[in-house]
Amino acid sequence: MRHPPAPSYRRFYDVNGWAFISAALLLMAAFTVYPILRSLWMSVHAGQGTMVHFVGVDNVVRLWSDPIFLRALTNTFIFLIIQVPIMIVLALVMASCLNMPHLKFRGLLRTAVFLPCVTSLVAYSVLFKSMFSYDGIVNATLLHIGLLDTPIPWMTDPFWSRCVIISALTWRWTGYNMVFYLAAMQNIDKSIYEAARIDGISAFRRFVSITIPMLKPVILFTTITSTIGTLQLFDEVMNITGGGPADSTLSLSLYIYNLSFRYVPNFGYAATVSYVIVALVALLAVAQFYLARERDQ
Amino acid sequence: MNALFDKLRGAAVYVFLGVMALMSVFPFAWMVISATNVSRDVTKGKITFGSALFDNYAKFASLYDVPLVFWNSAKIAVVGTVLTLAVSSIAGYGFEVFRSASRERIYQGLLLSMMVPFAALMIPLFTLMAQFDMLDTHMAVILPTVASAYLIFYFRQSSKAFPSELREAARLDGLKEWQIFLFVYVPVMRSTYAAAFIIAFMASWNAFLWPLIALQSTELKTITLVLSSLGSAYTPDFGVTMVATVLATIPTLLVFFAMQRQFVQGMLGSVK
Repeated sequence: MRHPPAPSYRRFYDVNGWAFISAALLLMAAFTVYPILRSLWMSVHAGQGTMVHFVGVDNVVRLWSDPIFLRALTNTFIFLIIQVPIMIVLALVMASCLNMPHLKFRGLLRTAVFLPCVTSLVAYSVLFKSMFSYDGIVNATLLHIGLLDTPIPWMTDPFWSRCVIISALTWRWTGYNMVFYLAAMQNIDKSIYEAARIDGISAFRRFVSITIPMLKPVILFTTITSTIGTLQLFDEVMNITGGGPADSTLSLSLYIYNLSFRYVPNFGYAATVSYVIVALVALLAVAQFYLARERDQ
Repeated sequence: MNALFDKLRGAAVYVFLGVMALMSVFPFAWMVISATNVSRDVTKGKITFGSALFDNYAKFASLYDVPLVFWNSAKIAVVGTVLTLAVSSIAGYGFEVFRSASRERIYQGLLLSMMVPFAALMIPLFTLMAQFDMLDTHMAVILPTVASAYLIFYFRQSSKAFPSELREAARLDGLKEWQIFLFVYVPVMRSTYAAAFIIAFMASWNAFLWPLIALQSTELKTITLVLSSLGSAYTPDFGVTMVATVLATIPTLLVFFAMQRQFVQGMLGSVK
């Protein structure tokens, strides 16, 4: 028979438990919980200062007829659908190359590939802006080796400016994801590969049929974090393209920033747009939960 | 035949990794080289060292009070990191050691809050800081980052490895709970603190969006903000911008090379 913990013991746990977490809870309440609820309240109101009035779902309705919002939403999805898969595949291939036995210069190569993660988002954005300027190093190199006849208008053409953002994101985050894969690969039992090799299964098949399934949880994890990261994209577009040309690289976060601090402030509508990101992230979290559950069955 | 194929494949791997490594490292080289060139040469794609390094720095120093800018960044990063480590480790330890059903539910809510994008918090945070007349202060930048859900989670996970025998022995010796935390737990968990330090320091040193909103006065701005305004000028002086970029990147590179193992360990902590 189990007895409930003695009252004095429970008291000891409660007094210490609450004491230890109290500072964090207070700060969380003020700087996370309150803002979440407050922006929900804001999203059903419009106006400024004391002139705020309840508008219900008006702000949500407005989303559908706001071309700039739809533009930003489309851009975010373009970045997501193109950049995340490229990066994940590249990171996987890189990790499995770096995981090969008897590889020389392993430490050096790994450090080199990981190095971009050390830069701040603003620093590398500024760096990429200079590299992709009209007569910058990228165009100069491409012209020099004869791949191009005329320089590419990286910053003034919608298509090419999106390419710049995608290459920048890929440069910055591939090594980061690679580290997760490499760590997971090192936990796979080597004898599985040995057995497959003896059975005459090719390296490519080993990669597809052993490595990928074994890494599925990590791939899922990195996909979700990259997706959430892309949904919150701000520093890069702000500093490389400023959202232009013609809003072709405008992200949702940059639009929220513009609505709140650049245009005539409209906190209510900006909060509504921010809840679109919350909804998308929540949707992804649920998707992740179901995918993870499927895996366990 | 098979041996030849293996050799070719081996070569392909080296070529692939070599190209990737080169592409990863090239922008760093470009950044350092460009810092020594005048803006005109940077935009022309000059890939040899120039002699304009000191001129570029002098120009940078004439636009901004450079030591002050770095002092602002360092102050926010160090004070913020120390507070974050203190608050988050105490909470992580508390959640793990003194469990109860109600605190478990709060912990789950905490984990969930990690999913909330900053964009949804920034406007209320801005109005909150305005109400308390704290806008345009370094405290406004630091405070919202102090209770980090991720680091509370990280410390709780790591606390599972803290032997309960140590705690029991300390209790028998008559130590109070806060003394056990301070004199037994903290010294034992040094490497966890090191990894957490890197996470918090990097996040704070590199922070952009919130400082951009919270700080307005030039004399309070951090290196990240200065870098952004240098780069987004109508006609940016790329020589000057690159000097600033190099200076902004040196501290993070130093932290990385000094503590490479903890750096990666802290990153991987989230999937364990």
